[in-house]
Amino acid sequence: MISIQQADFDAGAEYQALRQSGPEAGAVATFTGLVRASGDQHGVTGLFLEHYPGMTEAVIEQLVNQAEERWSILAARVIHRVGYLPLQEQIVFVGVASGHRADAFAACEFIMDALKTSAPFWKKEITREGEHWVEQKASDIERSETWD
Amino acid sequence: MTDTTSDTVSVRFFARLREELGTEELTMAAEPGLTAGAVLEQLAGRGGPWAQLNGDQPVMIAVNQTMAKAGATVKAGDELAFFPPVTGG
Repeated sequence: MISIQQADFDAGAEYQALRQSGPEAGAVATFTGLVRASGDQHGVTGLFLEHYPGMTEAVIEQLVNQAEERWSILAARVIHRVGYLPLQEQIVFVGVASGHRADAFAACEFIMDALKTSAPFWKKEITREGEHWVEQKASDIERSETWD
Repeated sequence: MTDTTSDTVSVRFFARLREELGTEELTMAAEPGLTAGAVLEQLAGRGGPWAQLNGDQPVMIAVNQTMAKAGATVKAGDELAFFPPVTGG
């Protein structure tokens, strides 16, 4: 299930839901991304996140499908927030339930890495000095390419 | 009876491009054989901030909400989008 929303999410509740993926569920891996103070600039006080409604959901759906083809997965959950998010707020949640840890870890990491370089989201960092659109990182592209 | 939307493509802009161009969406005549790259060239010809559409900075292209290359053809009723490289997560 994929959700793009302004509202915060309860990572604990999402984990509990993934736990209920049936008697074969032996592992749940989750990742939560947060707004931090040092990004492209220092002293970040918040982020503004924009997306492309419709396309963003479709791209993430494809990534989850790819993960399902590649690893043995029982359930996957992706939540990405948009709009204004102050420092230390949760931005993104990716959770995967699987029979074994290797599939859960790999699928969770793949979805997160691929989301960063292919899902249409854009971040603007806000500091006391002003606003600045974040540039795509070569390190993120390289990391995503390791899954090819 | 003429349906004007059937003769045009809609062009959407996101993030930094949307802000710098001061434009969220516009429509263009759907000439036969039109490509996404040709639309970029036409818009870049407006000058000012529009010139960046064929400048040094990469511009990502989507046609009907699917990533596409500059050579992709666009026809009447299509939704074309231009945006900077993505930075979510």
